[in-house]
Amino acid sequence: MKSMTQHVVAGLVCLACLAAFSLSAVAGDKLKVGFVYVSPVGDAGWTYQHDQGRQIMEKNLAGQVETKFIESVPEGAEAERVIRDLAKSGYDLIFTTSFGYMNPTLKVAKMFPGKYFEHSTGYKTAKNLGTYMCRYYEGRYLAGIVAGKMTKSNTLGYVAAFPIPEVIRGINAYTLGAKSVNPDIKVKVIWVNSWFDPGKEREAAEALITQGADVITHHTDSTAPVLTAEEKGVYAIAYHSDMSKYGPKAQLTAVTHNYGDIYTKIAKSVLDKSWKSEAIWNGIKEGAIKLEGMNAAVPGDVVALVEKTRKGIAEGSIHPFQGPVKDQSGKVVVAAGKSMSDKELLGMNYYVEGVQGNIPK
Amino acid sequence: MDLSLVLHIMVAAVAAGTPFVFAALGELVTEKSGVLNLGVEGMMLVGAITGFIAMAKSGSLLLAVVSGMAAGAAMAAVFGVLTLTLMANQVASGLALTIFGMGLSAFLGLDYTSFALPGVAELHLPLLSDLPVIGPLLFSYDVLVYSSVVLFVAVSWFLYKTRAGLLLRGIGEAPESAHALGYNVIGIRYLAVLFGGAMAGLGGVYLSVAYTPVWVEGMVAGRGWVSLALVVFATWRPLRVMAGAYLFGGITIAQFHVQGFGIEIPSQLLSMLPYIATIIVLVVISRDQQTIRLNSPASLGKTYHPENQ
Repeated sequence: MKSMTQHVVAGLVCLACLAAFSLSAVAGDKLKVGFVYVSPVGDAGWTYQHDQGRQIMEKNLAGQVETKFIESVPEGAEAERVIRDLAKSGYDLIFTTSFGYMNPTLKVAKMFPGKYFEHSTGYKTAKNLGTYMCRYYEGRYLAGIVAGKMTKSNTLGYVAAFPIPEVIRGINAYTLGAKSVNPDIKVKVIWVNSWFDPGKEREAAEALITQGADVITHHTDSTAPVLTAEEKGVYAIAYHSDMSKYGPKAQLTAVTHNYGDIYTKIAKSVLDKSWKSEAIWNGIKEGAIKLEGMNAAVPGDVVALVEKTRKGIAEGSIHPFQGPVKDQSGKVVVAAGKSMSDKELLGMNYYVEGVQGNIPK
Repeated sequence: MDLSLVLHIMVAAVAAGTPFVFAALGELVTEKSGVLNLGVEGMMLVGAITGFIAMAKSGSLLLAVVSGMAAGAAMAAVFGVLTLTLMANQVASGLALTIFGMGLSAFLGLDYTSFALPGVAELHLPLLSDLPVIGPLLFSYDVLVYSSVVLFVAVSWFLYKTRAGLLLRGIGEAPESAHALGYNVIGIRYLAVLFGGAMAGLGGVYLSVAYTPVWVEGMVAGRGWVSLALVVFATWRPLRVMAGAYLFGGITIAQFHVQGFGIEIPSQLLSMLPYIATIIVLVVISRDQQTIRLNSPASLGKTYHPENQ
């Protein structure tokens, strides 16, 4: 009986080896890595930053990887087809870089258990599906310090896309950063209900400027808010990419996303077979979030303060959502001496004190 | 709300409404001849990228306008060949033109994605622009906005005060009768379709060169469809088309201000408001069945076969 069990175990081990072997059979050759983008690459914005990351990874792992990207893939059924086609045509590691790709990626991941999938900004993982995103809010906090120091009207304008926790987190972190240097700050938010509509983004930015905002920032994809700020002679804080060429006078600084290290690390782990399904959430510490394109108009002491805070966040001594944090009604949501947990951060659905208006429900 | 805010919203409304004025007036003329071209969105996009490239290469606004209009007209010519010469279905051909225009503009714009232009400066008219209230309200726009007003006057005058305009409307009502009188129905419809394309192209140029001077794929973002709807809800009358365009622009701007003031209305509802309000207002002012019948071209959307007469 005992020998029977041993045989079964031995057989299972062999099967597992075989499976592992078939998984990594392609690894001898170059690893083929596919990317699915939601918009054209262009030269600024969400997808542009992902593509920069892809290029850095390709350079870091020269000779070991081969990459391909497919741009402007609509979320939904079309995405599933594109991801499946990539998996079928020999791509062993596939990055899908928009929230709406979550369910299609999960579905295809189940169809191809031997391939690796990584989805950006989602929350669903599987045995062969990991997620990754950046702590965008850390950069927002730093940008808030710059805005809070540079505003004269104490009114900051925020052009926002959709009321989801990621966007709300950014608004709150920005507000807290600004209030840390200027307690009188008010942040006005306008929702355009679109990730990408330059016309609406411009109209919203213009409305904010008319209502007294003299620093404009945005959580939308086009360069229109920065262009509008430049045209109207106010300041702007760019998001995703350095947009100083669109607003050389307007842009105070830009909160940029940097995926190069994340992509390199993940591809390497597939190459050396150490890949695990993880939920990666990198920030300033890992160099995933940076402030770039600092305007010469920002005084040296402000730049030094931002740098000091940046170091503090990187070392962990400063947390953007460090207690006491109050919501709009004055209720303490993070007690003094505590900081917010990742779980609380991920589910954020209220404004902090200093933001005007209400979150659309 | 203080006066300067109201003034600001009105000024911004005119700028926001101008792309609709161009595209909808063009479509109005096309539809008055009895042809329904649903390709406005596509023609606007191709006009936008062509004008954008011309502006980026030459820096000349005139060249941008001319090439954007030519590109819009070229798109309309494709539609004309399909529906007027080959007698294809107008609805299907128009939809196809939009899809084609979206793809073509994205392709033409490959090297220009997120490329920014300096924009078009507002005209400063000595004395007039400095007048209080009237100055900003009437004399603070760029040259394209003024040309949209000039084109509005020209289109209204043409349709209702000239013989050629009467003929165009007649062809839209009863192409067989016009044909029997010896007029070249197909030829005149071609001209109307080309004019509609050129105007849609100009609307696109305004968006990509003046309003948000940056090229991004799909930047017309549904404004072509809104223009089409404006023509119908304004019962094919130029003044109402223009009023509807400014109303739509005005409510779009006003709802952003409402949000900025933190007034408690869900932003999703506010985003709908320009569409709902414009439809309601235009339907209410044009609710008389008699005037609808008088103004809507009787042969709209119907394929015309001259040899069957």
